[in-house]
Amino acid sequence: MSVTLPLEFANASFAVRGRRLVERLSFRLEAGPRTVILGPNGAGKSVTLRLAHGLLAPTEGRVLWGGRAPDAALRRRQAMVFQRSVHLRRSAAANVRYALAVRGIGRRERGARTRRALAQAGLQDLARRPARTLSAGEQQRLAIARAWALEPEVLFLDEPTASLDPSATRAVEELTLLIHDSGCKIVMTTHDLAQARRLADEVLFLHGGRLLEHALAEKFFAGPKSEEARAFLRGELSW
Amino acid sequence: MNELVEAFGVAVRLLFGGDPQLWEIVLLSLQVSLLALAPAALVGLPLGATVALVRFPGRRLAAVALNALMGLPPVVVGLLVYVVLSRQGPLGALGWLFSPKAMVLAQAILITPILAALTRQVVEDLWEEHGEQLRSLGAGPWRAIPTLLWDGRYRLATALLAGFGRAIAEVGAVIIVGGNIAHVTRVMTTAIALETSKGDLALALALGLVLVTTALCVNAAAAVTGGLARSFES
Repeated sequence: MSVTLPLEFANASFAVRGRRLVERLSFRLEAGPRTVILGPNGAGKSVTLRLAHGLLAPTEGRVLWGGRAPDAALRRRQAMVFQRSVHLRRSAAANVRYALAVRGIGRRERGARTRRALAQAGLQDLARRPARTLSAGEQQRLAIARAWALEPEVLFLDEPTASLDPSATRAVEELTLLIHDSGCKIVMTTHDLAQARRLADEVLFLHGGRLLEHALAEKFFAGPKSEEARAFLRGELSW
Repeated sequence: MNELVEAFGVAVRLLFGGDPQLWEIVLLSLQVSLLALAPAALVGLPLGATVALVRFPGRRLAAVALNALMGLPPVVVGLLVYVVLSRQGPLGALGWLFSPKAMVLAQAILITPILAALTRQVVEDLWEEHGEQLRSLGAGPWRAIPTLLWDGRYRLATALLAGFGRAIAEVGAVIIVGGNIAHVTRVMTTAIALETSKGDLALALALGLVLVTTALCVNAAAAVTGGLARSFES
């Protein structure tokens, strides 16, 4: 039973120096379906994800987790994978163990979970390599393994494949599906239409900082309601 | 000119002849500055990281103060430590004045701000890079201090070498609080000052050579660790 879901945005805006990056977002994400936040660059996808994860606080409106205001205890039930993963200058395994230590997991449990997560990500042979010497694709898989080891209820992924080649992208997508199968809610941003089609159960379409559509994936791709989404699906980026 | 060449010759003979007086001075110099480095690092590294990571009122001011204190004149530090350790001073009862302990204290005070200011810069850069990820994992500023100090270890090694180099090369503080007493508090820099003023250029030159060599070694080590740091930064 999830306590951080549903995730609810209530008229949430985020502004920097008076300029709103996202405007009056209102939506509700339930446990279960893989949610893809779709939109062109600059649509406010990353900001939305950071608001959802609590890395940013809305300047207006509210973000609620399970009906409650975000707090540290709730944040511990979530994990996030960033567009460019950043690892500490220590081995791949030590990076996973570090994340578990921060979450207060006991030493013995840390070792077991680290081995399991690295194996699931196909990184067991690279466990002792300095994390920063791994390839971009391996580093991103490591970031996902680290997130998975935390056994979150919700995993946020911010354009996790934006700087990866096709085979690394496929590996990341497969891993994401596996994590979802293990019962974790997936919320992911992408500007890649094909990827959204492959992964999304439901789509939030953002454009210019506004939420234009929130629909089941098949419905969205079959007949988007907004002109902007139709243009986006046709491959015409309208700014 | 002739005299100078002669003195240089004597200096080289002193150096390679294993002159006990000379090596006693060199050894004490290294001892004092290394001992000063330890407490300075113990205070300076966490202090710099704290100023970099923990949000408290006056944080910007603290950062500016650390940078300003990097240029602390050694004679002023010497004077302050002298006042504190003098018989009427608050720590006069320790009886440290004119002992190597006083010199260690003075040098430690001199280089702590240097280590703190350099550490602050390194840790701030690392936070720029890792901050979001660490916050996502649930690591607050206090948890991030040891994490990022360890992550910046190669660059911080360079900072430690810079601090050591500053300590071993300064003369103003140790001459005031140490008094340049033969066999007790005479280090390379104070000996050079004394021997030069006495006109014994040979010993002064020999010590000068050792000091320059030390500085070169420290800088070479700094360059090597700096290079190592970059090669691990990928």
